[in-house]
Amino acid sequence: MEFAELIKTAKVENVQLSCPGLPPIKGTLCITSHHLLLSSQPGGNGEQGTVELWLLIRNVDAVEKRIASSLGTITLKCKDLKVLQLEIPGMEECLNIASSTEALSSMDSVMMMYPFFYRPQSMKLKDGWQLYPLQHYYQQIAAETSAWRLSCINGDFTICSSYPPAVIVPATVDDKVLQKAARFRQGGRFPVLSYYHKKNGTVMLRSSQPLIGPNRKRCQQDELLLSTVLDGGERGFIIDTRSAQAAKQARMMGGGTEPKSSYPRWKRLHRPLERGRLLQESFIKLAEACNDTSLSMDRWLSKLEGSKWLAHVKAALSTACLAAQCMEREEACILVHGAEGTDTTLLVTALAQVILDPNCRTLTGFQGLLEREWIEAGHPFHFRCAHSAYSHARLKQEAPIFLLFLDCVWQLGRQFPFSLQFNERLLLVLFEHTYASCYGTFLCNSEKERCLCEVKEKTHSLWSWLNQPSELNTHLNPLYTYNALVIWPSVEPQSLQLWQGLFLRWIRSSQYLDEAWAEIHRLVTSCEDAPEESAGRTLCHSQPGAAYPLTITGTANEG
Amino acid sequence: MFVFPSFLQVEQVKLIDRFSTSNKSLVGTLYLTATHLLFIDSSQKETWILHHHIAAVEKLALTTSGCPLVIQCKNFRVVHFIVPRERDCHDIYNSLLQLSKLASYDELYAFSYNPKQNESKRLQGWQLIDLAEEYKRMGVPNSNWQLSDANRDYEICDSYPRELYVPRTASKPVIVGSSKFRSKGRFPVLSYYHRDKEAAICRCSQPLSGFSARCLEDENMLHAISIANPAHHYMYVMDTRPKLNAMANRAAGKGYENEDNYANIRFQFVGIENIHVMRSSLQKLLEVSGTKALSVNSFLSGLENSGWLRHIKAVLDAAVFLAKAIAVENATVLVHCSDGWDRTSQVCSLGSLLLDSHYRTIKGFMVLIEKDWISFGHKFSDRCGQLDGDPKEISPVFTQFLECVWHLTEQFPQAFEYNEAFLLQIHEHVHSCQFGNFLGNCQKEREELKLKEKTYSLWPFLLDEQKKYLNPLYNRDFSQKLVLLEPNTASFNFKFWRNMYHQFDRTMHPRQSVFNLIMAMSEQNKQLEKDFKELEAVSNLTGRLGKKECTLSHRGKIKCVPRLPFMLTFTELRGFAWVSCCLQHFLSCFCCPGQEGN
Repeated sequence: MEFAELIKTAKVENVQLSCPGLPPIKGTLCITSHHLLLSSQPGGNGEQGTVELWLLIRNVDAVEKRIASSLGTITLKCKDLKVLQLEIPGMEECLNIASSTEALSSMDSVMMMYPFFYRPQSMKLKDGWQLYPLQHYYQQIAAETSAWRLSCINGDFTICSSYPPAVIVPATVDDKVLQKAARFRQGGRFPVLSYYHKKNGTVMLRSSQPLIGPNRKRCQQDELLLSTVLDGGERGFIIDTRSAQAAKQARMMGGGTEPKSSYPRWKRLHRPLERGRLLQESFIKLAEACNDTSLSMDRWLSKLEGSKWLAHVKAALSTACLAAQCMEREEACILVHGAEGTDTTLLVTALAQVILDPNCRTLTGFQGLLEREWIEAGHPFHFRCAHSAYSHARLKQEAPIFLLFLDCVWQLGRQFPFSLQFNERLLLVLFEHTYASCYGTFLCNSEKERCLCEVKEKTHSLWSWLNQPSELNTHLNPLYTYNALVIWPSVEPQSLQLWQGLFLRWIRSSQYLDEAWAEIHRLVTSCEDAPEESAGRTLCHSQPGAAYPLTITGTANEG
Repeated sequence: MFVFPSFLQVEQVKLIDRFSTSNKSLVGTLYLTATHLLFIDSSQKETWILHHHIAAVEKLALTTSGCPLVIQCKNFRVVHFIVPRERDCHDIYNSLLQLSKLASYDELYAFSYNPKQNESKRLQGWQLIDLAEEYKRMGVPNSNWQLSDANRDYEICDSYPRELYVPRTASKPVIVGSSKFRSKGRFPVLSYYHRDKEAAICRCSQPLSGFSARCLEDENMLHAISIANPAHHYMYVMDTRPKLNAMANRAAGKGYENEDNYANIRFQFVGIENIHVMRSSLQKLLEVSGTKALSVNSFLSGLENSGWLRHIKAVLDAAVFLAKAIAVENATVLVHCSDGWDRTSQVCSLGSLLLDSHYRTIKGFMVLIEKDWISFGHKFSDRCGQLDGDPKEISPVFTQFLECVWHLTEQFPQAFEYNEAFLLQIHEHVHSCQFGNFLGNCQKEREELKLKEKTYSLWPFLLDEQKKYLNPLYNRDFSQKLVLLEPNTASFNFKFWRNMYHQFDRTMHPRQSVFNLIMAMSEQNKQLEKDFKELEAVSNLTGRLGKKECTLSHRGKIKCVPRLPFMLTFTELRGFAWVSCCLQHFLSCFCCPGQEGN
């Protein structure tokens, strides 16, 4: 078996584990195909030691080793931004552990990943995979209007490899037209319905860029598809997430943007959003600044500024607001796209829905939104989340677009603390699970790949774990009340905040803030024993159904 | 409509939102009264601005729609009017200049403010805070510390209070000698006594040491303070200034203590900048935060360039150093800066706040301000520009203190009995000159102004409306009486205080307030508990109502499942007059409380 070859030393005694804010622990380190385990020294009377660390190796972003005489120190920098240190007696053992961890964490084959091996007793394999079928969403729209239909044109993924089998399209446009239109869009991502705004019947579409190219090609079917969306004299807006210049330049590479002459009823708005490498670098710089607690105020502020992260948050929220405004206030239909239509496009469409639609702000509605607008819509999670902020590996296709989305949702939650049914903890869990998970939900880049890997048959769904009553409760916002209104956030820099709960989670103690939330929870439910659990510092993912005390709960030595 | 007695009334004035990108404005009438500027818009919404709050008035270049007038207030409100006729604008401008810059104290609002309270209540109000009582609470006088009468008639220091606590071993000649060796006569005295550690916070001004001068009495004074702490034989002397500033002072015959001349002192600079640096820092901060369509990067770089948060951190760092010296090392600390009324007040009061949970209560915080700021002669009048005077004396030293406290409340949400609104309200009144407490620069001056005879004290008014200022999450047991609060002062903990600097720019605030909700809920919970106790008593009496299970769910809506022995309808229930109040709550669970939205 491949795993066994990678594990040269499976077990080391007398290893010391330390991480900031917690007292160091000594114990036995074991390395398995997917986990690093550290169990504390068993008592003298032959008792089993307790497992203090249960770290998914996939979570390791960077391994740094330092050898001094016979003692080796390994620093494990994790994708969820925590940093652990292991002091390992014996040079060889240390090197072996380091190289095994490195090899196991960077395994690229999806089928070898932990979700395919994880079999908790309390859950059934097929559960949770069919919770949010697009059919359901379509039925909601069909109840309001007959202008849209569910097309299975992509049933075998041949029209568009990154779209799901079914998509929602205008009822009067037949599959032949779609087929032609798909050829005119990058990656075959022809315009499909992303959101139907019940209040006034306007819709948000998304697609990839049209393949205008240097010769200014046109496509009758694409033009037809878009003009069908608009009634009579209506006008629509195209929100292009690139600058006007970048969109123009894209023509040289065969792409481009809708020219006024061929799409006369659509007004183009350019709102450049960063993606790709620059966004990943922003994330790296921010994590670096947060990890240096000795920074002077000036250095901290200049590094925070230099990371540009909050500027990206502002840009994303502003663009989503623009999209929402076009629909809500201008009562116009909109089309959102950038280049590939799998990153900033989804960021804007998903955020706009959270702003506009109260249903997306419920726990199940939000899960449905993620399923529809991120997972099924083909955000390439496998590429984007291959590495997090610490990795030394050469950047390939990593970009924290989804994290940026979560941050924006968090900002909305800060500004409208009663309007989201879920709390910060859920956002943190989602962040962790996109980078390393025991569930299959965020595996692969598209539905096509998920089908090939049989993800839905062979792994468990994150949703089915999250929706267990015991888990559900810890992710609810005690202050939630249904708010039917649109939630327009303030995007002034004075109103945006660094998401401390995520970026400083492992760096500063949140004990007092957690206690305050527990008190709020207590006040709200007025129960004697409010769940004290918090988004605080547990060292490993909770492993549902496992029989170990999995978290370092030892009294944190703060201060 | 009621006509306001005013000097001036201008119609068709536009009020513009300074951050709005659209050109929306409110049209209304502007009035000038003897004390306030009042704007009533077409929807009858009133905006009141106290003349004393006005920091600057600016007339901008004439535009097609009229003459713009920008008013900046000390509570960081900025209003932007457009007056249709230039002549009117000019009149308003001139009147405001006159009304906001007063030459003498008796013109201040406090002397005309009349809340229609009877005389005995007014006097009682002034007795609410009793500093002698506070020193008693700390545990002085005791075998090591005593009340000194050296300054009973302000003879050795006119900016100190009459009653001062000094070590028992410090004789009168030592006190007098020491005061002659200290700037403005501000010799070392007790600011806070830590009962458990028997250690003290003392405060003074800089010594007149120049390059080599010594003063035996001053050396004895410090020795007396040092030995007043039985546990320890060294004490810290904290010079809160940057070393360079302190050294420059030596050339003027002032300076800092030479460690060689004083027995067992540990000398420490902590580097808080002076009032001029702080004034210009705030100025820069306000320029940045007032910019329209600000990008995140210009905001952050502006925040950095202003240095404001750096200064806040420096003040809090100094306070943490002071508190730790006492709580961890059991050492007494003597704090000074130049004159010992700005930085020294900040550090001593914040240090006490970290050490003693009493100051984290509403009443305790009032005491702290009375003690370390008002009585020890922080020059409120000069620093807040209450009268038309030297603009170089104005400085946001007290504002910084409040901001440090706010940062602490953010880190320790359960440690403070009061909330942000309390801090903002105090800030409001430090500048309003509506109450007597903050008028003048020192106690002596206040006595001469006969404030206790002619004006009202702020504190009883704040106590009367303390419901507004209570922190619903406050946990009395959070910190044992004398356990140190240890804030994390890594830079990332410091944030721009939006609710202070944009208090009046509602568009920037969160649209829903957790605080208000929790406040309402905890009120409601208390009420419900009471109601149910009453109801239970009633049900026991009548025997008609059985056991109930009652839980409060989201937003205080009540889910009540009375297990009735036989069914009771609401109508029947209504029959019980006593349960009608409870019924209100029953019914309220069917209608959702008002939503704040767009």
